[in-house]
Amino acid sequence: MSRIRVLVGTRKGAFILMSDAARRDWQVSGPFFGGWEIFHIAGSPANPDRLYASQTSSWFGQVIQRSDDGGLTWNPVGNDFAYIGDPGTHLYYDGTPKPWTFKRVWHLEPSPSDPDTVYAGVEDAALFRSTDGGQSWQELPGLREQQGAKWMPGAGGMCLHTILLDPVNPARLVVAISAAGAFRSDDGGVSWKPINRGLHSQYIPDPDAEVGHCVHRIAQHPARPGTLFMQKHWDVMRSDDAGESWFEVSGNLPSDFGFAMAVHAHDPDTVYVVPIQSDSEHYPPEGKLRVYRSRKGGNDWDALTDGLPQEHCYVNVLRDAMAVDTLDSCGVYFGTTGGQVYVSADAGDHWQAIVRDLPAVLSVSVQTLP
Amino acid sequence: MATVRVILPYHLYTLAHSDAELDLDVAGPVTLAAVLDALEAAYPMLAGAVRDRATGQRRPLVRFYACQDDCSNLAMKALLPEAVATGREPLVIVGAIAGG
Repeated sequence: MSRIRVLVGTRKGAFILMSDAARRDWQVSGPFFGGWEIFHIAGSPANPDRLYASQTSSWFGQVIQRSDDGGLTWNPVGNDFAYIGDPGTHLYYDGTPKPWTFKRVWHLEPSPSDPDTVYAGVEDAALFRSTDGGQSWQELPGLREQQGAKWMPGAGGMCLHTILLDPVNPARLVVAISAAGAFRSDDGGVSWKPINRGLHSQYIPDPDAEVGHCVHRIAQHPARPGTLFMQKHWDVMRSDDAGESWFEVSGNLPSDFGFAMAVHAHDPDTVYVVPIQSDSEHYPPEGKLRVYRSRKGGNDWDALTDGLPQEHCYVNVLRDAMAVDTLDSCGVYFGTTGGQVYVSADAGDHWQAIVRDLPAVLSVSVQTLP
Repeated sequence: MATVRVILPYHLYTLAHSDAELDLDVAGPVTLAAVLDALEAAYPMLAGAVRDRATGQRRPLVRFYACQDDCSNLAMKALLPEAVATGREPLVIVGAIAGG
């Protein structure tokens, strides 16, 4: 019988939530790495017991932890994220040049086929790859050549937070950076191009610029990798040509600002977002925590509220804090800055809190285990 | 070869899977750089946790204390007090009080 393992990164450690396929009764373990910020934990699709975690601290810097037994035990592996060559400068918040400096790993994306290959998206924005299980890391520097001097941090930092490995074409990668935009490689990460045509951002000098857009998240369905959904700083966007062009699908959302986004495991046209009031008020509109689901690939959205607080709720749902499982009845999960992790075992119709009082949740990822 | 006592803060000795207090063999003059070289050689997972990998400088929120003095701003190549070099006093690595 299938089991579900939910990997939760928080401001003060990591937690692992386990359930059978019913997803009603949960076993909670942790905190692991108590007191450290865990930006992301991810499991290898090729070996689900191989987990990688990004452990970071303003005091003691970056650690990458690896588990080979599904999170029972962990060991630190390599943390040397050295940019190739002189990385030069990017723009700071005030528009002045600032030297590129490594700060932390935001996102880890294991290869679908090789447990020892894993990608890391870092701040200041760059993409690294390890092919030895995280022991050593090599930058893919061609990405920063895409007008990197014009990139600028979003409020959370200049982070590379989204890494999509195309399941059909292994040479194709898509990444997203706040605030630089989306980029695609079609040659395994050697060369890159901006894929931001159609994005419109009033908060940058040229709203239609080739780079500089604050992309918060991109989601993709493995069966239709050419279709991408994007939660931008403002606007929910869609591309049907692997990012060559984008069009807006915000439709009837109460706000098209937000961070998290996911696509249903079995239906490429079913998309989930969590609208947030605004970039000035990082909480849900009207104090109601609502997931919105479109079954038509955007534009037409329904509020999902059953089991979610509908008054006095002022949490946020961060960009890496929403995920789905692959059971027949698709499970949807998200974590909040208030420390709740919610699950819906029926694709969003009904929700329950798995835990309510964790530290602020930074990331949620899900493994469907045999 | 000097044997230097080093006391790590909680987060670093848990990261290193070690005791809080370590005895480190330090070759040559006992400087901060030499002690940290020995620390990172014995516990590679601490590389980058005390001093910046790129610059070799102390991370901003890490402090070094010895003999009731704050030696955080000593040059990396400056000699530590003789009491540290002889093992009578430990070099204490501390996470700075910051953030409430």
